[in-house]
Amino acid sequence: MELVLSLGIGVLVASGVWLLLRPRTYQVIIGLSLLGYAVNLFIFSMGRLKSNAAPVVPGAEVDPSTFADPIPQALVLTAIVIGFATTALFLVVLLAARGFTGTDHVDGREPER
Amino acid sequence: MIPAPEHLVILPIVLPLVAGALLLFFNDQERVLKATITIGTAVALLIVAILLLRIAHADGRPGGGRVVVYLLGNWPPPFAIVLVLDRLAAMMLALTAVLAIPALVFSIVRWQKAGPNYHTLFLFLLMGLNGSFLTGDLFNLFVFFEVMLAASYGLVLHSSGSLRVRAGLHYIAINLAASLLFLIGVAMIYGVTGTLNMADLALRIPKVAPESMMMLEAGAGILGIAFLIKAGMWPLSFWLPTTYTAAPAPVAAIMAIMSKVGVYVILRLSLLFFTKETVSFGFGTNVLLLGGILTITFGAIGVLASQSLGRLAGFSVLVSSGTLLASLGLFEVGVTAGALLYLVSSTIAISAFFLLIELVERGQDQFANVLAVTVEAFGEGEEDEDVEEEVGVTIPGTLAILGISFGACALLLAGLPPLPGFVAKFIIIDASFNHGALGDTATIPSAAWWLATFLVLSGLASLISMSRAGIRTFWAPVDVVIPRVQLMEIIPIGVLLALTLAVTVQAGPIMRFMQATADNLHDPRIYIESVVDAPRAVPRGREGTR
Repeated sequence: MELVLSLGIGVLVASGVWLLLRPRTYQVIIGLSLLGYAVNLFIFSMGRLKSNAAPVVPGAEVDPSTFADPIPQALVLTAIVIGFATTALFLVVLLAARGFTGTDHVDGREPER
Repeated sequence: MIPAPEHLVILPIVLPLVAGALLLFFNDQERVLKATITIGTAVALLIVAILLLRIAHADGRPGGGRVVVYLLGNWPPPFAIVLVLDRLAAMMLALTAVLAIPALVFSIVRWQKAGPNYHTLFLFLLMGLNGSFLTGDLFNLFVFFEVMLAASYGLVLHSSGSLRVRAGLHYIAINLAASLLFLIGVAMIYGVTGTLNMADLALRIPKVAPESMMMLEAGAGILGIAFLIKAGMWPLSFWLPTTYTAAPAPVAAIMAIMSKVGVYVILRLSLLFFTKETVSFGFGTNVLLLGGILTITFGAIGVLASQSLGRLAGFSVLVSSGTLLASLGLFEVGVTAGALLYLVSSTIAISAFFLLIELVERGQDQFANVLAVTVEAFGEGEEDEDVEEEVGVTIPGTLAILGISFGACALLLAGLPPLPGFVAKFIIIDASFNHGALGDTATIPSAAWWLATFLVLSGLASLISMSRAGIRTFWAPVDVVIPRVQLMEIIPIGVLLALTLAVTVQAGPIMRFMQATADNLHDPRIYIESVVDAPRAVPRGREGTR
């Protein structure tokens, strides 16, 4: 499970960074989204990987290592919501920039060839 | 006098949130009402901030100081989120309110009409700023940062236009990437320590096993990069001058403090996390020192090369950030105290300067600005003798008032007496040379020499470029067009500059406060103990909504 998760995060980050450095605004926004997914998975993994473990501890006399850590899950939820909202906002700016400059290049003008 | 000081702590967040949400119910045409509510809220924030400042500083002893802890969910402290008020937080709250009121008054005349929901966004920006200063929890800090940034995206794009949208696109992209780094850093720190409460982290970091220390430092480093992007440290700062120049004047004036939020967080966290008990005592100070000096250099070169006043101000922000970062990198209590005074004075100066530029530039065309720099390089051309007729009504003496304000800004930014820019720089240099006890004949560290050299040189660069711009604008314009300025626009600038004068006059008490603040920061025992031992409210307490 560790290998699959780390490979998944790695591939997402690599594609995200590559797209982020591309000159088209649409590529930038997809790159940011992919990076966002990778970061969310990363936060999740920081609560240690467990399967079939309950996040809520029923009583006082239990071994906490058999339970899943609920805090990273809560953090991921918040991060997803915020990431979604900021991406939507970025999308609006992207469309505005396209309208103003007539090109989807991040600098607002096509490079001279 | 105050029945429940604890509840005052939540006001800087709740007031702008409620007022901002309330304004959404009104039509944008009702500008008088909206402006009244917004400025009223900002004034209330200032009053609350002053009350909080008095609470935090009530115990005037250097080692004392009161830390008020507000438990949002009434959980015992390491759990759930807390708000913490200490001297530094109270000072930053007051500074935010001081900058907000003039910026809002300034925007009554023109800017509030330029686009929708200006006041709501402005109030949410204030909420994000205040929340970042008050929070005692790393993830909550992220949330408030996002509130602040989301509002600032809207404000930078306020009144639209091709330049703003292009600058805003870069600004948003880089800040979204920075937010992701922020999250990675927070997650790594959580993975090692298992807590996000800042005070609890300070207690747990000394106990972290040596083999995990590397992971923790990596997390702290990644987190630091996110804040250094906000602070504008070279080479993470190329977005900053363009964005600040493109933003509307009152927005740029309040954004002057946004770059200081990064500095604030670095100051707070680095001194809280890497105390003397940890193996990584002084982690990252070399990076701050070197990065700060490089930022000063980059900013100073930018200031010299700026062809418009707006860019000049943008690069002044970088010089100011660089000075602060390099001073923090020296890691001395006295230097930190001086840096805090510098933070206050330079932020007010830059804020006033952004407002002033807007008025000055009304009187001239952009082409003249480009000419001003190139003319120096290639020699004077033939002067055009056409004198245009004055158009419109002008306040008599407008140019004189603008010129005097410009001169005051130049003195502040260059760090010349009698304004506090000089006092602050003097204290930073003095403290970096005289570290240790009085009469201690220890050698002066080479870092202090470097810092002093670059501080003086950056002041010189600011002076040269400000005098050049001033002469070109006020003394030797080819065609005199007196800008049409209303009283509501010139008064905020005057108030801000008068405040800096007051800081010089009251430098003694203010410096004692800064010294006490720096002492608390370098020895954060009171902060940690107050948070960890915070008493819970009685079960029927009504506070806490989240």
